[in-house]
Amino acid sequence: MSAPVQQFKSQADVVSRDLRHREFIQTALNNYAVVRDKNRNAFRNYPAARQAAAETKWEAIHHLDRHLEQLATRLEARGTHVHWASTGEQARDIILDIIRRKNARSIIKSKAMTSEEIHLNEALEREGFEVVESDLGEFIVQLRKETPYHIVFPAMHLRRGEIRDLFNRELNSGSTEDPEELTMVARRVLRQKYIQADIGFTGANFAIAETGMISITENEGNARLTAALPKTMVTLLGIEKVLPRLEDLALFLPLLATSGTGQPLTCYNTLYGGPRRPAEPDGPEEYHVVLLDNRRTQILADPEQRDALHCIRCGACLNVCPIFRNVGGHTYGTTYSGPIGSVITPHLRGLQEWKHLSYSSSLCGACTETCPVKIDLAHHLLQNRRNATQQKPSWPWKIGFKLMNFVFKRPALYWFVPKLGRIGQALHPIVKGTRLDPAYAWTRSRETPRIARQTFREWWRGRG
Amino acid sequence: MSAKDDILARVREALRVPAPRPGDHGDGATAHADTPPSHKAREYLPPAAESFDEQVAQFSANATALRAGFHVCNGQDELLRRLTELRDAESWKRVASHASSLTDAACAALRLPVLKTDAGYDVHALETCDVGITGCDALVAQTGSVLVTTRSAGGRALSILPPHHVVLARKDQLVRDLPAAFELLKRNYGSDYPSMISFITGPSRTGDIERILVLGAHGPKRLTIFLV
Repeated sequence: MSAPVQQFKSQADVVSRDLRHREFIQTALNNYAVVRDKNRNAFRNYPAARQAAAETKWEAIHHLDRHLEQLATRLEARGTHVHWASTGEQARDIILDIIRRKNARSIIKSKAMTSEEIHLNEALEREGFEVVESDLGEFIVQLRKETPYHIVFPAMHLRRGEIRDLFNRELNSGSTEDPEELTMVARRVLRQKYIQADIGFTGANFAIAETGMISITENEGNARLTAALPKTMVTLLGIEKVLPRLEDLALFLPLLATSGTGQPLTCYNTLYGGPRRPAEPDGPEEYHVVLLDNRRTQILADPEQRDALHCIRCGACLNVCPIFRNVGGHTYGTTYSGPIGSVITPHLRGLQEWKHLSYSSSLCGACTETCPVKIDLAHHLLQNRRNATQQKPSWPWKIGFKLMNFVFKRPALYWFVPKLGRIGQALHPIVKGTRLDPAYAWTRSRETPRIARQTFREWWRGRG
Repeated sequence: MSAKDDILARVREALRVPAPRPGDHGDGATAHADTPPSHKAREYLPPAAESFDEQVAQFSANATALRAGFHVCNGQDELLRRLTELRDAESWKRVASHASSLTDAACAALRLPVLKTDAGYDVHALETCDVGITGCDALVAQTGSVLVTTRSAGGRALSILPPHHVVLARKDQLVRDLPAAFELLKRNYGSDYPSMISFITGPSRTGDIERILVLGAHGPKRLTIFLV
């Protein structure tokens, strides 16, 4: 077994037995579902909105080359530096280069999953720079030296008492566990960081090809401050983030808010087109946009799963996924967890090593049903399983199908096998659930279904 | 080859095999209009009010739900009276603002030290201000949002740094919905957009600790909107 499989299995085992944790996560996600549904119902026609969003993203991706060139040209026309990075390493080098050229020491960051994807913080800290996450949830997990638990709610696994202890230990805050008081501690600490920071770093939710703008959605105002105070601003985004037209946001902003957090509209939806203009009083003197491929073009090259690039990272599929809800976000060991993570991680980091994620699915289809841009996630999980087996069939798989083929071709044997099974099942309780059990992997935590007393052929013969 | 050429070459190579359009099952049965789907946004987005009075009512209901203050003022005198009441209630000491007819009148009436951001400012000084008073580009009835840009709201920081953001809007700035707001941006700015455009929907908030709503995470704890 490869390391990611082992890690997944052992951690899934631990977390799914932690009933207190499961209840905590599920209560939060059930509350989300209530407000999400309320806001979906506020649409005049939510299915039509989803369809329009799916078609708009299809158009954006179908002409991705044209949209990227248009985006870059428009951004550059207003003095933005546009960089292209084929790999995470290239992106890190570009960003490090900007920081060194500006003689910068400290970087304030607003939430960016792409920076988690390329392990930017580690790279910057290794070079001796101070990196501070400003989104409250990200700030908390950074203090804990953890990765985000969820792509939208990074610290949803922590109770207020744990956060109070963390703040008291790391920040000497001496605060109670009141969420408002804890939030104000972070606000005070981070305000000073903003004022001192040399570089403001952000991710992006959308990029508008038509007008050359980066769109950032947030609730706290931390991205607004990140884009207002430091002298240099850097935005890192995946190439799939483009939308063709400015007015597409009239649909995508409410859709993202509804699916992401269950709000009608997120608090701040902001478009950035370049550095401070001559008549403007503030803003960065330099604006850098880094466009990241990092194997997204590999997903693009698979027409069957190309729509995985439509993803707007709302996290809706995580929230409804019975696997995510029971094994939790850290178990995946990936930047992107839940159904979308299980679909794209094999493309981004290798099919054989990450195929197990496509098996950690009940195939209930809740992800496909909830996706606001209609990505067919449940089927993509099946396609990953098929592709992995076609590429490298495992020996139990090969022997199993040979055996099945052998039995199915011989009616006498086919008649005999269920009999054998019944005998086996009668003897099963002797070893059931112990290590001697040949079906131990299954029976140690599950029941085996009983073999029917009568086969179909027996029933057919005796039906009278 | 540069990374740009590499990426674009990979994109073009990948796109040589088309993917079916959403809802297409390869039978050509799904008709696709030539107009972009977002052009019909009003057919599916949450409904927006039609008349001015209904729009004011819708904006007001949204503002309440978002925990923003919203006051309709009959003329400038009422605005200035309400502003001075707010000044006394919150005991403001310093005000930050920018130049415009409405904000200038407001600052004069408040009779407090004023930091104007128009020609540049010291961020530490802005940090000491109790309130940022700005204009705006539009109010969006459908969502309860305030549309600001670097031009209409005195730069990037004024509407986000002080703990209380006061917005002064004229009645003709109320628009019905998000599509109308984007039309307005295109009409007003065309090819010369400000470097920042922001839809502000309620005061800054977070739910990152146990999903419990806390106002004033990084941005203003309070947002008050006056429609004059």
